[in-house]
Amino acid sequence: MATIDEPLYPIAVLIDELKNEDIQLRLNSIRRLSTIARALGEERTRKELIPFLSENNDDDDEVLLAMADELGVFIPYVGGFEYANVLLPPLETLCTVEETCVRDKSVVSLCRIGTQMREQDLVDHFIPLIKRLAAGEWFTARVSSCGLFHIAYPSAPETFKTELRAIYSQLCQDDMPMVRRSAATNLGKFAATVEPAHLKTDIMSIFEDLTQDDQDSVRLLAVEGCAALGKLLEPQDCVAHILPVIVNFSQDKSWRVRYMVANQLYELCEAVGPEPTRSDLVPAYVRLLRDNEAEVRIAAAGKVTKFCRILNPELAIQHILPCVKELSTDSSQHVRSALASVIMGMAPVLGKDATIEQLLPIFLSLLKDEFPDVRLNIISKLDQVNQVIGIDLLSQSLLPAIVELAEDRHWRVRLAIIEYIPLLASQLGVGFFDDKLGALCMQWLKDKVYSIRDAAANNVKRLAEEFGPDWAMQHIVPQVLDLINNPHYLYRMTILHAVSLLAPVMGSEITCSQILPIVINASKDRVPNIKFNVAKVLQSLIPIVDQSVVEKTIRPCLVELSEDPDVDVRFFATQALQSTDQVMMSS
Amino acid sequence: MNGGGSVEAAEAVAEASAPVGAPLQLEWKFAQVFGERTAGEEVQEGTARSMARSRWSAVLFIDVDIISAIEFDRTGDHLATGDRGGRVVLFERTDTRDHGGNRRDLERMDFPINRHPEFRYKTEFQSHEPEFDYLKSLEIEEKINKIKWCQSANGALFLLSTNDKTIKFWKVQEKKVKKICDMNVDPAKAAGNGPLAVPGMSTSSKTYTANGGCLDKTLGLGNFPPGGASSLHLPVMTSIETSLVPRCRRIYAHAHDYHINSISNNSDGETFISADDLRINLWNLEISNQSFNIVDVKPANMEDLTEVITSAEFHPTHCNILAYSSSRGSIRLVDMRQSALCDSHTKLFEEQEVPGSRSFFTEIIASISDIKFAKDGRYILSRDYMTLKLWDINMDSGPVSTFQVHEYLRPKLCDLYENDSIFDKFECCLSGDGLRVATGSYSNLFRVFGCTDGSTEATTLEASKNPMRRQVQTPTRPSRSLGTLSRGFRRGADTSGADTNGNAFDFTTKLLHLAWHPTENSLACAASNSLYMYYA
Repeated sequence: MATIDEPLYPIAVLIDELKNEDIQLRLNSIRRLSTIARALGEERTRKELIPFLSENNDDDDEVLLAMADELGVFIPYVGGFEYANVLLPPLETLCTVEETCVRDKSVVSLCRIGTQMREQDLVDHFIPLIKRLAAGEWFTARVSSCGLFHIAYPSAPETFKTELRAIYSQLCQDDMPMVRRSAATNLGKFAATVEPAHLKTDIMSIFEDLTQDDQDSVRLLAVEGCAALGKLLEPQDCVAHILPVIVNFSQDKSWRVRYMVANQLYELCEAVGPEPTRSDLVPAYVRLLRDNEAEVRIAAAGKVTKFCRILNPELAIQHILPCVKELSTDSSQHVRSALASVIMGMAPVLGKDATIEQLLPIFLSLLKDEFPDVRLNIISKLDQVNQVIGIDLLSQSLLPAIVELAEDRHWRVRLAIIEYIPLLASQLGVGFFDDKLGALCMQWLKDKVYSIRDAAANNVKRLAEEFGPDWAMQHIVPQVLDLINNPHYLYRMTILHAVSLLAPVMGSEITCSQILPIVINASKDRVPNIKFNVAKVLQSLIPIVDQSVVEKTIRPCLVELSEDPDVDVRFFATQALQSTDQVMMSS
Repeated sequence: MNGGGSVEAAEAVAEASAPVGAPLQLEWKFAQVFGERTAGEEVQEGTARSMARSRWSAVLFIDVDIISAIEFDRTGDHLATGDRGGRVVLFERTDTRDHGGNRRDLERMDFPINRHPEFRYKTEFQSHEPEFDYLKSLEIEEKINKIKWCQSANGALFLLSTNDKTIKFWKVQEKKVKKICDMNVDPAKAAGNGPLAVPGMSTSSKTYTANGGCLDKTLGLGNFPPGGASSLHLPVMTSIETSLVPRCRRIYAHAHDYHINSISNNSDGETFISADDLRINLWNLEISNQSFNIVDVKPANMEDLTEVITSAEFHPTHCNILAYSSSRGSIRLVDMRQSALCDSHTKLFEEQEVPGSRSFFTEIIASISDIKFAKDGRYILSRDYMTLKLWDINMDSGPVSTFQVHEYLRPKLCDLYENDSIFDKFECCLSGDGLRVATGSYSNLFRVFGCTDGSTEATTLEASKNPMRRQVQTPTRPSRSLGTLSRGFRRGADTSGADTNGNAFDFTTKLLHLAWHPTENSLACAASNSLYMYYA
């Protein structure tokens, strides 16, 4: 007993718990697999631990997931990259389980190990593993195999390369749609490792098969491959092979496929070059912007700015802008909302003249949209327009929009607009703000919904930060402090909260002269909730004000509160008193 | 952009496999019965669970064991039943080839046919429990409304089961029961516990892993083998036996305001739909916290409600097509490619009302209780209260054929209305080869019809050990003449009436649920709490 090497004991427990009844303990042991491996040493890890893990793979998915993750970084514990291949068998079995996340993690780990393996080991161990998985009895193994080809292919000898390409092509024609989906997903990665000569022949024919698949879910993923393959091919090949496919896809019967095209199209523009973009992709995109299905228009509208950035301004004005105009009055609010969230970004692309002439009317109509999200999306991106045309042109329409949102009956809408107020203030400037928005900010402090009052208090603080203490002293603080006399205690509490936020911004002097008297006064409130909040606020004021003020004003008030009949008031007052004591001790 | 195209594609596929020739009438034989109640015995000796329930009341006990769903998997190697007690029972086929066969072939679901299928009890599990919806003050029954099998993988079986509100995804897998021996720290001596149960160990070892190396005196350290790192060894597992472990993998809940009447898997292997009275939702099997509403027939004002969804099913091969039936007797075909919200149908199948035939019951008995796609996807079978109808999805003018299930009940509709039987929801099924259709009736009877051109096959069987007992010679029926429009054909009219055998029809013994084996002429049907299997 005395001879036991003490640190070994926890490891012995860890090892035993690899097979504990309790899943949490097993998980814990698996997560600390590296500790176990270090204790066993490299050789025993290779010869005992790894085979043990390979055999015991019918555990719960959570445990298997953790195991797959750990094994991915296990190379140092088995003796370095020359022994990396011993890690393949346990991961191979994990690649065949039914739970998708375990398989995905195993594939990631295998890829990580594969990239560190010696070339010869890849040929001797990794490629046979891919072949076994690809010929797996159950679809799960075949699904996993698709994600491994790109690791082994570059180091494979010529004969193996031919074979790997053939196997991949086979997987793309598998009976199970799950396997074809996985093959389609990983095609881009695999294609990036294949030599240009084979890319044009083998890979393109695989790709064409996938683009004609019966299952929508497979064709969808083939669309994603378009952009990836397009970037690998020479522009002329891309025009010859990818362009027709994508143009076809943009008119696919399935709206989901068109939706994917709408999302991906701008990425292809660079791959095919300016001329085919003008002649083929722009018309395709225009069709998508006018699609029957709202979901497709939403996706297309969301990419308008990205697409226009690639085009020259003339093309954008000539072809895209008319569609944008139509979309701004689209029947679906979600389409308008998607458009509103990106349309402001078009201003820098189009330049000042076109923006004023063409975009401004669209902004203005969207600012008057009946759907609040649309208006909010415009307001949230206001800074981008400001840089191009200045705020003056917008401000006239802006104010009614803001006022309307500020009074929207849905509190979430009011909340959203409050969050943009500091941004608006910085864009619009002090003058505009004083006239129009100041009153709104005070009004929110008296909102019926707590979240709004809370946000309004924060807003007041951010405004003070934006415009400085002097301005705040004139325009905010008096108004806020006035509200402390509100008959409803919940509103008085909001003011206390606002005050505690404002104090650090305003600085010691104003706090002592303006804020503190009000707070002290509130300690005489008849509602206990106000009183214990006063105690909390006073505590927060301690670091801001002078030591002498703490002694003279805050402490007596707290002492009084600490003798309050209400237990909560006493509690918070005592707490605050303790912190005054601490401050005194430290000083 | 027109969904019609994809429906046409379905035609092309279906064309090739259209049934040819009129096969002979099948001789049905009894194969097996599970959970049979012997005469005079009200309470069947069963599982501990059933026994526990029987303590409350015999009525309740009988109720919970009544089968409420039957489903064969795609290969026909497994059969699942669900009951009112929320339990799912699995059966497996015993007469097929060795299990070492090529699994890839199994996935393709073709295998050699040997004899008539024989099944044995495999396992059972409690899928749903009774719940209470506190927001709506509603009790949610545990009764299984539907079961659907999913793609199996790695020898594990997967299935979806649903009650009125919640769909669950189950995995049933054979697991080795393992015994651990040869531990580093002998738990038996250390904590005085058995070799498997080591709670004492667990709690104290936690402090270890946290502090790393502090010794806990309560553990019998004397059992720890001395000798440094080399003495550490991995636990040795000895497997004793295997057992089937059902595990609920995902729960798809809170997506239906009304009662779920159907679920159906998509051919893409990753999505499925669930339908309630007013809506159809689309789910991804891997994502349980969101679904997409694809069909919504709820009117803005509930007073304008004229029909509800009664059943919905995906096309067997075309991932974008689904069909749903309504309480007004129509079937709608929807193309999910056309738009994200499929409220407008691509095709509508409805039978025109025969003028002058209208009565109080017309609308009630028109309600479709079940629809099924034939395996090739070209035909849809529908069941309303009095008939089975076979529809060709290329012909929306009317059904290809209509089969009278229990025409003798027509004069009794009034009684059936009085005792609510008229609202019974009978299921229907098609044979794997598409040559025959079957559905249930009262008095534990079910009927099988030949549905090929010129077939006169119309068999009445009883769910008992002697299925042909009630077999009556059906009178000659008009055979289908070439060239005539097939609309309005009424075949299989069993005019012999109810009392041929002197038995009064029993409305309480109704055969609602039945399923046809996907590859063979074998039927599984539920009579109350018994599962009867027949072959031909």
